[in-house]
Amino acid sequence: MKHQYLKNVVTLKLDSEECVGCGMCVTVCPHHVFELADGKARIANLNSCMECGACSKNCAFSAISVKPGVGCAAAIIKGLLTGSEPSCDCSSGEYC
Amino acid sequence: MSGENTACCCAPAIPEAPYIIGSTVTAVGTVPAVKTELSAKDILGAFRVRWGIGRMNYKVEPGIYSIGTPDENSPVLVTANYKLTFDSLRKELTGLNLWILVLNTKGVNVWCAAGKGTFGTKELVFRIKAVKLGEIVKHRTLILPQLGATGVAAHAVSKLCGFHVVYGPVRASDIKEFLDAGMKATPEMREVKFTIKDRVVLTPVDLVYWMKPLVLFFGALFVLNAIGIGRFGLPELIGFLGTVITGCVITPILLPWIPGRAFSLKGALLGVIWAAACIFFGGGFAGFGVLKAIAFILLLPSVSAYTAMNFTGSSTYTSPTGVNKEMHIAIPMILGASLLGMIALIVDSIIKIFS
Repeated sequence: MKHQYLKNVVTLKLDSEECVGCGMCVTVCPHHVFELADGKARIANLNSCMECGACSKNCAFSAISVKPGVGCAAAIIKGLLTGSEPSCDCSSGEYC
Repeated sequence: MSGENTACCCAPAIPEAPYIIGSTVTAVGTVPAVKTELSAKDILGAFRVRWGIGRMNYKVEPGIYSIGTPDENSPVLVTANYKLTFDSLRKELTGLNLWILVLNTKGVNVWCAAGKGTFGTKELVFRIKAVKLGEIVKHRTLILPQLGATGVAAHAVSKLCGFHVVYGPVRASDIKEFLDAGMKATPEMREVKFTIKDRVVLTPVDLVYWMKPLVLFFGALFVLNAIGIGRFGLPELIGFLGTVITGCVITPILLPWIPGRAFSLKGALLGVIWAAACIFFGGGFAGFGVLKAIAFILLLPSVSAYTAMNFTGSSTYTSPTGVNKEMHIAIPMILGASLLGMIALIVDSIIKIFS
């Protein structure tokens, strides 16, 4: 059962020029967004991306960019109300 | 020197906990040995935190632990100090000999902590140094849960402390197979799912959370009753409690089978069905009253849409950009419908009282 969320919204970008084909993005992605082809990575399933940021975090060559963030509506609402960046403040015991 | 359960003067004392069954001697002192069987207390504890009780303070001490009888060549698994995480990991390790390095994620699970940075490069490097891992094991390999990758830059860990990060499977239940295969994961082991079981266990904590605003809302209705402009009762109790359950329990459980991609839309669809049921069993438009029926049709789906939308934060596949977009569309609609619905509800009530 493949879950699908909103399409064509994610901020994920891969710069092929910088990619050396190490395969870390393929390893760490929880939704098989990437695949290796012809010695380089490429985005195979863009709409499966949840912007967790594992790929860009583990790309030693800065070939991947994504705007990661917490996906909870509660955090985004809090951010909108306080005029700051969305954040779940789990450590304060609030709803997370 | 007292006869207590301490190592030498420089090593930390062995913490006391029901899951610690002894200690392992290492080059840097004794390390607590942990058992792999979960006790009734562990299982009850897991049930309790799934209902949101004490879940922000369900921790184990960060540091190094042993499973079985590991030596300097045994693998090192890294995990978070949320006790539910720790228990979920150790119960899969029966019969193995390895080390567990527990990071201080402030009692938060691996994936959330990784997203926030507490299951991160900095804490990993710090903890490795703090427990003197380099003197406990000869090799320089760490096995991290794949979902820790959100917070850990493997190449940076290498540079900072010489340990090489290998990302293990997403689920602890695949660790044995992963190790047997020579630290190789199948594509299936690397994919995060969101099965019905995954979804069901997430609903109790949400339900408990929404009880507070619901009770406040019922309190407001009670005040309206008390000052003489409301005669709210069973229909509201059932209607609003039911719509909260529709949004935060039923919608998550039926998630992939409900039309629409936005969670608020899925919640609203089920909410309309629920409102229709309330009206039907409440005497139809005639018995309910047209204005009140309209109020229910506006209010109930709004509440279920909102509570369902909040479930995005518990899901494993929604992107923040997508949630943002969904919210910018859904929230104005929910606010508008709720406002109109409340006006209709109160006006209907006043008309009924004074006629």
